[in-house]
Amino acid sequence: MKKEEEISNKARRDFLKTTAIATIAATACGSLACSCSSKKANVGEKVKLLSPDGEIVEIDSSYLNHQEHMAIVSKLEAREGIAGKKFVMVVDLSRCKNARKCVAACQKWHYRTEDKEWLTVKLMKDSEEGAPYWFPKQCFHCDNPPCVKVCPVDATFKRQDGLVLIDNERCIGCKFCMAACPYSTRVFNWSEPELPFDIKHQQYSPETGIPGKVGTVEKCDFCPDRSREGLLPPCVEACPNGVFYFGDENEDTVSNGDETVSFSQLIKDRAAYRFQEELGTKPRVYYLPPKDRQFPVERGYENLPDNLKERFKDVMEESNLLEKK
Amino acid sequence: MELNKYQQELFDHQRPVIEKYGRRAWGWSIFYLLWIGLGGYALYLQVIKGHKITGMRDNVVWGLYIANFIFFIGISYAGAVISGILHILKVEWRKPIIRIAEMITVISTIIGPIFILLCIGRLDRLHHLFLYPRLQSPITWDVLAILTYFAGSVIFLYLALIKDFAIYRDANLKVPKWKQKMYKILAIGYKGTPSQKRHISISMNLMAIMIVPLAIIVHSVLSWIFGMTLRPGWHSTIFGPYFVLAAIYSGTGVLIMAMWVYRKMYKLNSYLQDKHFIYLGYIMMILGAAYGYFTFSEYLTGWYGSEKWDSEVIGKLFNPAEYGWWFLFANVAGIILPILIVAIPKTRTPNLIAIASFFMVLALWVKRYLIIVPTLESPLLPMQDTRPEFVKYSATWVEWALTFAGIATFFLFFTIMSKFVTIIPISEFADKEKKSEPVPEIQKEIATE
Repeated sequence: MKKEEEISNKARRDFLKTTAIATIAATACGSLACSCSSKKANVGEKVKLLSPDGEIVEIDSSYLNHQEHMAIVSKLEAREGIAGKKFVMVVDLSRCKNARKCVAACQKWHYRTEDKEWLTVKLMKDSEEGAPYWFPKQCFHCDNPPCVKVCPVDATFKRQDGLVLIDNERCIGCKFCMAACPYSTRVFNWSEPELPFDIKHQQYSPETGIPGKVGTVEKCDFCPDRSREGLLPPCVEACPNGVFYFGDENEDTVSNGDETVSFSQLIKDRAAYRFQEELGTKPRVYYLPPKDRQFPVERGYENLPDNLKERFKDVMEESNLLEKK
Repeated sequence: MELNKYQQELFDHQRPVIEKYGRRAWGWSIFYLLWIGLGGYALYLQVIKGHKITGMRDNVVWGLYIANFIFFIGISYAGAVISGILHILKVEWRKPIIRIAEMITVISTIIGPIFILLCIGRLDRLHHLFLYPRLQSPITWDVLAILTYFAGSVIFLYLALIKDFAIYRDANLKVPKWKQKMYKILAIGYKGTPSQKRHISISMNLMAIMIVPLAIIVHSVLSWIFGMTLRPGWHSTIFGPYFVLAAIYSGTGVLIMAMWVYRKMYKLNSYLQDKHFIYLGYIMMILGAAYGYFTFSEYLTGWYGSEKWDSEVIGKLFNPAEYGWWFLFANVAGIILPILIVAIPKTRTPNLIAIASFFMVLALWVKRYLIIVPTLESPLLPMQDTRPEFVKYSATWVEWALTFAGIATFFLFFTIMSKFVTIIPISEFADKEKKSEPVPEIQKEIATE
């Protein structure tokens, strides 16, 4: 037991270390970027930062150049993946109350309009008498991905770190991968995506998926650009209930932002399962069963806007959850 | 080229057709061109505005276009299998119909793949299929198979045409100079010497033997685009043979229809005789029964096993509020009707067989639609989508316009080709007529049967 704790502690330290290094790197880049950019008026808002010497410095926020998606790697690197990693996600269904913060964070990070969700939350009901539960779903980044098998031009590929990504500069838009994916994960750009001007002209990388292009397929990418910076994907960070654990199977560590735990221990203790194991796709996303739930299902329904309520109405009615109100 | 009495008669009969692009042909051609123009406009819009203007969305990613693709590749079997198999079996009565059959093959093999292109989001990146091909993908198999098949069918059609080109070349046809020249080039100096005859005959036999397995590969590979996915209604081991059979079946139907139209249009009754309709009708009946058997076993196993995901799709096909009526039509008009029409002696007439073929071909098109759409409308995870166009597919005018443009292209190519070559091969007719009885007697024989 003690040993395990030690491992877990070490993992956490490692994680914090990487995060710290990334912050410093970000700062360095930020100051570098600001030194050559045009002068900006002081806003007066101070920001505390950790300097490379380990000191905490306070600088005016206007000197910071906010650099999102800074980890642009070459196409080849983007295909290879991050060496030594094997990304994995654990979703704790007992904590989800459909707060939809993960969806919002994902949409924002990837500059997506409301109707194109990479991350969706479904209301599942496994059997007629079974209890409904909220089921967030990203791409499963399967180890035996049906989508990658069928791609005729190698536009979607499996990386050594376990991620399945898409190169939308190679994709011909045949949509075969969408037909092949049993989990309806992939979305198509049916028209030119609406993007801010600077994002539209940003250099494309399969790791960021930005900018999206008309006539090509996209999907959740587990944000490898953030992993390169030592950050967790926005959905994980945004969740108020710590539903998502993201981490590295090789390190045997996953973190939901609040706690960092041993991946193998977590899935052992909580009897994790993979969705539709029988399809043989070997997903990299594990679910912790919705047992001893922290919130009643209705909590995720009551405060939704009407158009979202419409999505789940059938299941709620079927479970007689609407009349109780 | 020396022509015998029968050949001369046949040639004289068809001469005006290839000498003049008559008013009727022009009228129809312009009509077809108008449809093609509308399709061109629809395609322009689709390229400019993106696929948003089609009915396809994230769940139903494929629609009419793919159904048309399967349909056209399916009818291309008319030439490949019917003409190929009959050639291998040395069936004599095939000779007047092989040209029509092989023309159907070549033309529909051109049109089919156009429909898969319409379905592709980035036409500007088509060269990626050759730059970065992945052999694991059934689409790559398809590209290879269809290109080979197309080349094979063109060669097969051309080989059967060389002798005829020589006849046209030597016949002093009243046609423009360029057309004369074209016949001369295409006849590649054929004079009817014994060695030339032998070469053509050997090549024809080889091509007939090759074209049959090629055709089977093409449609199997096509079916595997669906069969290789993990979707209910698609992920079935029967899909390869099922598609192949449905393809030969619909090809026979289109062949019968084309024969019926040409017989009417050019008064070819003494060449495209009742027996041709009846013999092809027999073939259609047998294929219909086999197709019915495949259909039955496919849905019976799915229904009986009643796995949740399978049942969802089958439930939609059986539900009158969803696809029930279409499914019923596909099976009644696609299986029962043609079998009955041919099986009952009283209804076994060219006109009725042609009508049955028409409904059967229509039913098989519907069937292709029913293979694509209900499966895609039944994803594993609940859709829980509030946008109606994402939940249920309905084709837009753009897709319909392009569908009709495809059909119009088929007719247009047919019209144009029938102005260049005779619909009934002249040279093939010779050998047969010498030894067999004159035409009217055969008709009598059929009538008394």
